[in-house]
Amino acid sequence: MKRTGAQIITTLLERQGVTSIAGIPGGATLPLYDALIESKINHILTRHEQGAGFIAQGQARITGKAGVCLATSGPGATNLLTAIADARLDSIPMVAITGQVTLPMIGTDAFQEVDTYGLTLPITKHNFLVRSTEELLEVIPEAFSIAESGRPGPVCVDIPKDVQTAEIEFDAWPEPGQKIPPMQPEPSDIEALAAMLNKAERPILYVGGGITAAHCCSELQQLARQNNIPVACTLMGLGTIPADDPLFLGMLGMHGSRSTNYALQEADLLLAIGVRFDDRATGKLEEFCPDAAIAHVDIDRSEIGKLRATNLSVAADAGLVVRQLLPLTNRANRAEWLQRIAELKAMDPKMHRHEDTHPLGIIERVSEIMGEGSVITTDVGQHQMWVAQHYPFRKPRTLLTSGGLGTMGFGLPTAIGAAMASPGKRVVCFSGDGSILMNIQELATLADLNLPVTVIIMNNHHLGLVRQQQELFYGNRINASRFETVPDFAALARTFGVRGTNLGSETDPKSALADALSGSGPCIVDMPIDHVRNVYPMVPPGAANYQTLEGAAHDY
Amino acid sequence: MTTKNNTAKQDNPVIELHVKNHPGVMSHITGLFARRAFNLEGILCGAMGDGRTSRMFLMVNEDKRLNQLIRELERLHDTICVTMRNDVHVDAFNPLHI
Repeated sequence: MKRTGAQIITTLLERQGVTSIAGIPGGATLPLYDALIESKINHILTRHEQGAGFIAQGQARITGKAGVCLATSGPGATNLLTAIADARLDSIPMVAITGQVTLPMIGTDAFQEVDTYGLTLPITKHNFLVRSTEELLEVIPEAFSIAESGRPGPVCVDIPKDVQTAEIEFDAWPEPGQKIPPMQPEPSDIEALAAMLNKAERPILYVGGGITAAHCCSELQQLARQNNIPVACTLMGLGTIPADDPLFLGMLGMHGSRSTNYALQEADLLLAIGVRFDDRATGKLEEFCPDAAIAHVDIDRSEIGKLRATNLSVAADAGLVVRQLLPLTNRANRAEWLQRIAELKAMDPKMHRHEDTHPLGIIERVSEIMGEGSVITTDVGQHQMWVAQHYPFRKPRTLLTSGGLGTMGFGLPTAIGAAMASPGKRVVCFSGDGSILMNIQELATLADLNLPVTVIIMNNHHLGLVRQQQELFYGNRINASRFETVPDFAALARTFGVRGTNLGSETDPKSALADALSGSGPCIVDMPIDHVRNVYPMVPPGAANYQTLEGAAHDY
Repeated sequence: MTTKNNTAKQDNPVIELHVKNHPGVMSHITGLFARRAFNLEGILCGAMGDGRTSRMFLMVNEDKRLNQLIRELERLHDTICVTMRNDVHVDAFNPLHI
């Protein structure tokens, strides 16, 4: 058969099961956009390529399958970079397709030419510069296979315009790229791990996004329950065990509960699964779990021993390891340890029901209205940490948040992608007045799609987490963290044709919030909050996790 | 990246890589060193057989980060095999020989 490069790309994407792509066309992708007309793939036109990247991430974070985004050469590609780097740090499968100037023009500083291969090299799991139309038949399926296999991640495929336009003759379509099944762990490693666990008196499970990626949440919970092991989650691990489970310790690290960080200090075994000892989780590494033997399970061998030497390591899929570990563990009751955990928890500040105008209050109200499987996205900052600490996540893939890169502007476009991937379900994006403006243009995309997305903007006229750190660690010298001008977000939403409400001026804020979280289509909620509120507890950057700062009573 | 030879001692470790041969491989590999401000003391590289793969020798200084670097080299999609060599003489990297 005879096909152009562009037709080959769209057909291979269809064969890969891709039903929608987010992107913005430009000179170097015009052939591809022309071929998309004949394709079954639905194209989502965003207003900035970063929005397209995060829509692809939103889909991927819900489905576990690679999301696809599309950008033209030059600025199109550079605009995608943040979303690609974000996917890399959170191990999210994604295929980013970029147009490139024609092969003879590469290296001539042609119009809209940038070295996309060089730029994406350190922020992708792998990247390709396609040098012939024939290569597409190999590269496109391989890109999906790489993105979804092992530790997932983003793959960038840079495709020159003449590769898209050239026509080639070939016999058969290649098989779609498949996720390569993970290797079986060594039985002796599993036995050693079980022995370590069985003799531990004060073990803690430290789990993260690797559990979600390996689809082994129920097995993890079984392991915890049958052996009475408390579970501390990273930000990426929230939802792997229900927030109301008695063994759940909450999030560890910089904004983790004091009891959680203290419990880790006392542990004699740290069973780390699908985590990477990130500094926000461990605090000062030398003082993290000082008395614990470390057992580390991760699918990425290069994570093992990267930051912390281990007593036992298993470079394998978390699901395989946990499943094989289950029958070898001895159902200890560990009453003494659980009693100690309960004592530590009793020393945490008492949580009461918060008033509606408190940041934690709005999180409570939203969680009361939304069903337990509802998807929440966040931006980055104080609101993100409040949601992580306080929203009762009970299932994996219900908290979509930028963990590793900490990208402000993540929340809205990711919510759009999440809503596309979970038809009929409302997605809530918690944001701040700083973060939301970083991708506010995607309100137009949201209006186009009329998706059930509610954006709740905790509005304190500040870059709140920056202001907090200036207050706490820079002698309250507040600099460049207060906004002079903050738009009327409800009115702004209406200019995009989206419902908007300001809870500060509504006569009945309760019913206004309920309305915003129901009905059809999107809604933007401006929620004024007091700018002096800080996120507590907080471990100062660089300090050990037991050096927790506690706030005043009004902060809880 | 520089390929200066004079700072390297006789017994410098050498990383031998067997990689897929295409124009981006060298950037992938050297990028892992550059991001850590880790200098390469010498590089030797050549295509093998039909040209689909290459062999690469990187002379480095002893460094506690080497183990992590090797694991990340192994993780690269284009890497087929990584071997540590301590039997490559420093003269092999001497640019004066060319």
